[in-house]
Amino acid sequence: MDFRLTEDQRQLRSGIRALLAARYDRERLRAAVDAGGPLDRALWAELRAAGLFSLRATGPTGLGLGPAEAALVFEEVGGSLLPGPLVASELAAAHGVLGPGSAPVAALLRLPPGRGPLLVEQLPELEALLVLDSAAGELRLLDPAEVLPLARPVRGVDPLTPLWEVTGTLPAGTRIDGADPARIWAEGTLLTAASQVGLAARAVRSAVEYARQREQFGQPIGAFQAVQHLCADMLGRLEPARVAVRAAAVLLSAGPELTPRARAEVAGAKLLADEAAARGARDCLQVHGGMGFTWEADVQLLLKRAWVWQRSFAGARECAEELAGQVLADGSR
Amino acid sequence: MDLSDTAAEAAFRRGLRDWLGKTLPELPPPPDPDDWPGRRAYDTSWQRRLYDAGYAGVHWPVEAGGSGATPAEHLIYLEETERAGAPYVGANFVGLLHAGPTIAAEGSAEQRRRYLPPILSGREVWCQGFSEPGAGSDLAALRTRAVRDGDAYVVSGSKIWTSHAEVADWCELLVRTDPEAPRHRGISWLILPMDAPGVTVRPLRTLAGTAEFAELFLDEVRIPVGNRVGAENDGWRVTMVTLSFERGTAFASEVLAGRRALGALAARAARDGAWNDGELRRRIGLLAAEFTALWRLVQWNVSEAGAGGVPGAGASVFKLRFSEARQRLYDLAAEVLGSGALLLPDQADQADRSDPAEPAWTAQRLQGLSYTIAAGTSQIQRNIVAQRVLGLPRPGRSGAGGG
Ligand SMILES: Cc1cc2nc3c(=O)[nH]c(=O)nc-3n(C[C@H](O)[C@H](O)[C@H](O)COP(=O)(O)OP(=O)(O)OC[C@H]3O[C@@H](n4cnc5c(N)ncnc54)[C@H](O)[C@@H]3O)c2cc1C
Repeated sequence: MDFRLTEDQRQLRSGIRALLAARYDRERLRAAVDAGGPLDRALWAELRAAGLFSLRATGPTGLGLGPAEAALVFEEVGGSLLPGPLVASELAAAHGVLGPGSAPVAALLRLPPGRGPLLVEQLPELEALLVLDSAAGELRLLDPAEVLPLARPVRGVDPLTPLWEVTGTLPAGTRIDGADPARIWAEGTLLTAASQVGLAARAVRSAVEYARQREQFGQPIGAFQAVQHLCADMLGRLEPARVAVRAAAVLLSAGPELTPRARAEVAGAKLLADEAAARGARDCLQVHGGMGFTWEADVQLLLKRAWVWQRSFAGARECAEELAGQVLADGSR
Repeated sequence: MDLSDTAAEAAFRRGLRDWLGKTLPELPPPPDPDDWPGRRAYDTSWQRRLYDAGYAGVHWPVEAGGSGATPAEHLIYLEETERAGAPYVGANFVGLLHAGPTIAAEGSAEQRRRYLPPILSGREVWCQGFSEPGAGSDLAALRTRAVRDGDAYVVSGSKIWTSHAEVADWCELLVRTDPEAPRHRGISWLILPMDAPGVTVRPLRTLAGTAEFAELFLDEVRIPVGNRVGAENDGWRVTMVTLSFERGTAFASEVLAGRRALGALAARAARDGAWNDGELRRRIGLLAAEFTALWRLVQWNVSEAGAGGVPGAGASVFKLRFSEARQRLYDLAAEVLGSGALLLPDQADQADRSDPAEPAWTAQRLQGLSYTIAAGTSQIQRNIVAQRVLGLPRPGRSGAGGG
């Protein structure tokens, strides 16, 4: 066992970090917010060219990496708050849904839906809509253009995640053979968890920076214990979530088969990462006080995106039930 | 990133698993939890078996008497002993998990030769004399005085909450050797023989009803200068080494124990119908995620620290999360037990012992209340994380409070 990142993984991470910093700095982030969050096609194309969505794809444009590397990259992507259906697009490329080498803008829906309306992100921009039918245990590919007439734009909570609500009967689409829906669901859950970890890390950084610089009562607020304890708890949630994501990614890398152990660790990683991100962003808001409540501050973007990702792929209830089942199986052995 | 066993690790795991499979059935039943001499005898005889088989202090360096196993093998040792239900370190806790490692890291060659082998072979038991009535969280306020007299320190004062003091041979003792120096600069780390004239141990009853710890009174006790670990007045630095072992790796096996107890709890909930409560199931699921992640955190920290590394301030993140997770486990168990959770341990244990692997929940719940206090309270861990890991400013004078 050597859990540390390999040299290649470190380089990959710093490469992606540099890429994102160069192409998606704060100015561009705020410009996207002002524009109301339509998919920035030019940016997407640049990132696609850099291989961001074809990390695991094989073939001429793919990077041929594994889930562990993809998870590391999505930690960085999550921390950058890059908008768009990133995880589903990576999955679509990794599983070659439009044929080998393709890296479409793709979203993924699971049926039957959970509570609430059926929402799709960035619908008009999509090149592929994947539908994971849990009852039939199959993955289908729909043409987004055929779904668009069934949908209407709705006002979403996250200014960077435009949403469309779909009503009526979805077209049947075409069945994707050879895809393992459970595996794809687990991969999407893992990459979303990784994104949340990146977001949670950004929330810790932002809270600590602000707490160092903002003064009240003649000293930085970060010197007050109440503020210190908020920050310490943020880190206390982040660190276990981060290693849980990395461990789950390693287990998924072991082979194409989805073992019960891997399933459970993916569920645990998502559960902890959602918590680290959503509660972390909230605590970050608290540390920022009234400033945090303004549109100007980025805290809102962290919190709202954390909420979106909480509802992407497996949610808290599903993950906790999955884990409880595993605990019972272990305990009854 | 690789979580699988190397060939050497797999061989180590197999060997240990075989040995445990042979050895554990030969063990006598454990003694009554309140019978400290009985517990000492039991814990040290287990230690002796480990020693004879070459599994004592696997994580200790060879020159300190360990087998020089890699940190990863140490974790395998913890996984396999926990999985097999082997005895807990118990009375050997302080010696094996933090006094020993401190002496290995900071002691002289002579001290390593003298003190480490008996810890490993279970001949000698240690306790920890750090806290005083006026110095708990604020450990640097300690007042126990040591005055140099020839080749000895003459020590007077008192210590409190000293776990296992009744059955210990040695005590890692913090004393003030320079009362004039700033608080952190006048402290020394000494090895106190518990049978020295002037040492009095008075057991304290805990809220669990047991005599887990004691008060220690020191009345002009002579301790040879050669028993000092580290330089005179440099004891605070040595203490930080001890505490990082205590907070970092010493509790690692408890994470595994927590995960196993959770499995037993689920099985019990399934037997008596509590399992149908979705909220309860989800809380169990969340705790499973936490224990797994905490173990992954241990593996991560060990990988990052490498061989022989002293765990850093990041150990406080682990200590904080682990102690709160353990307490949530026991609160959850109380919900499964229902009114049975109000029975004192021995009766509650009788209530349903169809699963021999099931812990004595009420006893553990009571004992578990100490997790957020002992080895530094959760508030103190948060202070450490904020100031030393995140680098937030130290509290000023005007009302920020606490440090
Ligand atoms: C079961 C058990 C076993 C123990 N074994 C040993 C042992 O073997 N050897 C040994 O030396 N000690 C031992 N201890 C003592 C233990 O280390 C102390 O109890 C602990 O460090 C807390 O100190 P205190 O009890 O004096 O609490 P106090 O320091 O008086 O704290 C009381 C409360 O105030 C809070 N507080 C104090 N200062 C601050 C601050 N700066 N910021 C925020 N909150 C603060 C604390 O968090 C706590 O909630 C043991 C304790 C227990 C419970």
